[in-house]
Amino acid sequence: MPRKTIKRKTIKVDYLARVEGEGALKVVVEGGRVKSAALSIFEPPRFFEAFLRGRAFTEAPDITARICGICPVAYQMSAVHALEDALGVSVTGPLRDLRRLLYCGEWIESHTLHVHMLHAPDFLGYDGVIDMARDHGDAVKRGLALKKAGNAIVTLVGGREIHPINVRVGGFYRVPTRRELAPLAESLERARDDALGVVRWVAGLDFPDRERDYTFVALRHPDEYPFNEGHVASNRGLDIPTSAYDDHFEESHVERSTALYSRLRDGSGAYLVGPLARYALNFDRLAPVAQEAAREAGLGPVCRNPYQSIVVRAVEVLHACDEALRIIAAYEPSDRPAAPVAPRAGIGFGATEAPRGLLYHRYRLEKDGTIAEARIVPPTSQNQACIEDDLANYVEGFLDLPDEALRHRCEQTVRNYDPCISCATHFLRLEIERR
Amino acid sequence: MARTRKPRLAVWKFASCDGCQLSLLDCEDELLTVAGAVDIAYFMEATRGKVSGRYDLSLVEGSVTTPHDAERIQDVRKRSRRLVTIGACATAGGIQSLRNFADVAEYASIVYARPDYIQTLATSTAIADHVRVDFELRGCPIAKHQLLEVVGAFLAGRRPVVPPHSVCLECKLRGNVCVMVAHGTPCLGPVTHAGCGALCPAYDRGCYGCFGPMETPNAVSLSGRLGELGMDGRDLTRVYRTFNANAPDFRAEGERHAP
Repeated sequence: MPRKTIKRKTIKVDYLARVEGEGALKVVVEGGRVKSAALSIFEPPRFFEAFLRGRAFTEAPDITARICGICPVAYQMSAVHALEDALGVSVTGPLRDLRRLLYCGEWIESHTLHVHMLHAPDFLGYDGVIDMARDHGDAVKRGLALKKAGNAIVTLVGGREIHPINVRVGGFYRVPTRRELAPLAESLERARDDALGVVRWVAGLDFPDRERDYTFVALRHPDEYPFNEGHVASNRGLDIPTSAYDDHFEESHVERSTALYSRLRDGSGAYLVGPLARYALNFDRLAPVAQEAAREAGLGPVCRNPYQSIVVRAVEVLHACDEALRIIAAYEPSDRPAAPVAPRAGIGFGATEAPRGLLYHRYRLEKDGTIAEARIVPPTSQNQACIEDDLANYVEGFLDLPDEALRHRCEQTVRNYDPCISCATHFLRLEIERR
Repeated sequence: MARTRKPRLAVWKFASCDGCQLSLLDCEDELLTVAGAVDIAYFMEATRGKVSGRYDLSLVEGSVTTPHDAERIQDVRKRSRRLVTIGACATAGGIQSLRNFADVAEYASIVYARPDYIQTLATSTAIADHVRVDFELRGCPIAKHQLLEVVGAFLAGRRPVVPPHSVCLECKLRGNVCVMVAHGTPCLGPVTHAGCGALCPAYDRGCYGCFGPMETPNAVSLSGRLGELGMDGRDLTRVYRTFNANAPDFRAEGERHAP
């Protein structure tokens, strides 16, 4: 029987499930070709960049945390780094290590949530983790235990797992003792074994064979797999300090989305941030145990298949468990919980690696420390163009699938990015159009 | 014997950060038990499976900020036997209710190049401003143990036990030293609803009111003391205008000091 010719077909998902926030997608196929692919973000705007104006700089870590309940630590970290840059404060030694430890906790928690609850059900054919747990109970329980180990770090160091209360410009309000951290090390030993198990588990999933030559953008640090600090780098030779971010990246506003689109100003367009980019640019900085697990999982030092991002996330969880154990083993509490901070006028820049990718903040402060201007570029708005390009490029190869399976495949393609739509919408700002 | 149908649970999102619904997924030890006791019929952050129709318990996160959401909450109410709001956004309008004290058109022009693409209301309001609410759970974010209490109470057909007293009492229960008395650190604990377990004072910082006002708070008196500790009118307005800025008691006290 001759294959039925597809004339025109529209695949719509009106409300994407298992992402953080509200989004929809629409792919138009004409004559067997993808004519357009659009991710619409209809999350209501919350105007953070507007109401940050007139607030005290000391309030920014608590306020910006509320942009995203999934990655509040990332917002707090980018905020404090940008503000410390503006105020000429440098946070070093045990306070810096504690920040890295806190970030490890968020990576473990957030990635484990995505791997088990949001992404794995796509590969295994379930609507969600609860259904998946019926047949894969042990894997789900291991995931929950691992997630709990990450949350335990954030709870101890940050005060609570969602919207931590212990982060401030200059450091913390109170630092834990060695004795308080000791039980974390016990649970993390187990978590590191579990994380290795998760890498092996996800490596065995069935991945569509799809690759593109992405422009990867991530932080790169001289010695560390990046959390808090580093240059903004790409696999195409970009290597700039955070203060030059706005010279190289721009955002634009399209009608269908309350999130902005980021692109490179040099005309190369869409780029990718997040686990695949971090991994490709920093494989040599991963803990040996994570490098070995990645190789065993069949990954090279660069992975260009976004469906395998689930494996890279698992490798990063393993790295974060190992790094957290290293930090705890070497930890000596700081004499004071925070470096002294005095208000002054200035502009500061900060970029850190949220679980979903590069998160950029810029603040301009008045003399008394009041915020005059704030700018925040979250990872999902940076990935938005890349997600649409993936849909446009990959969906053609899936057109033989029946409609429901095809729709599911499109959703999975979006979920490869662990998009956080709450983040993407809640600020997103762009340049003023002048005519 | 006919099998009794499990109660249907739905989780809805309005303008929010997703953190309160995440609290349910953060119940690592209890999640599978909860999932066994109820039929999770609508929870977009967790599953693409949907059961349409009516729900026995709806948990609502987020505030109403768009014309579309103002209609959607009416539909959610009609389809829900019990409706519980979870968190400061749903219960008091959230941090995004700071627009209520400003010009939203100006806000949109600060954030967006094309404000004309943006559909938004001039205010961010609590769910109870739009529909009848059976119970309001406070916090930015909510406390996990209180969420489990609310779901458990619903399953047992009783009122949730969520004490309405101030954070001060939680400090006493926890054995914290009072940060305001001992260190002169400004603290909203005396006027803030309990639920966090006096978290901030336990970390040597003053409470910043993320659970919103307690029942009948004496904010005027507290503001007097905060003034003695060095806070001026602008500082006082700021401390009441955060995550529960539009809760009536905090709103009134913030307005009283607004420059």
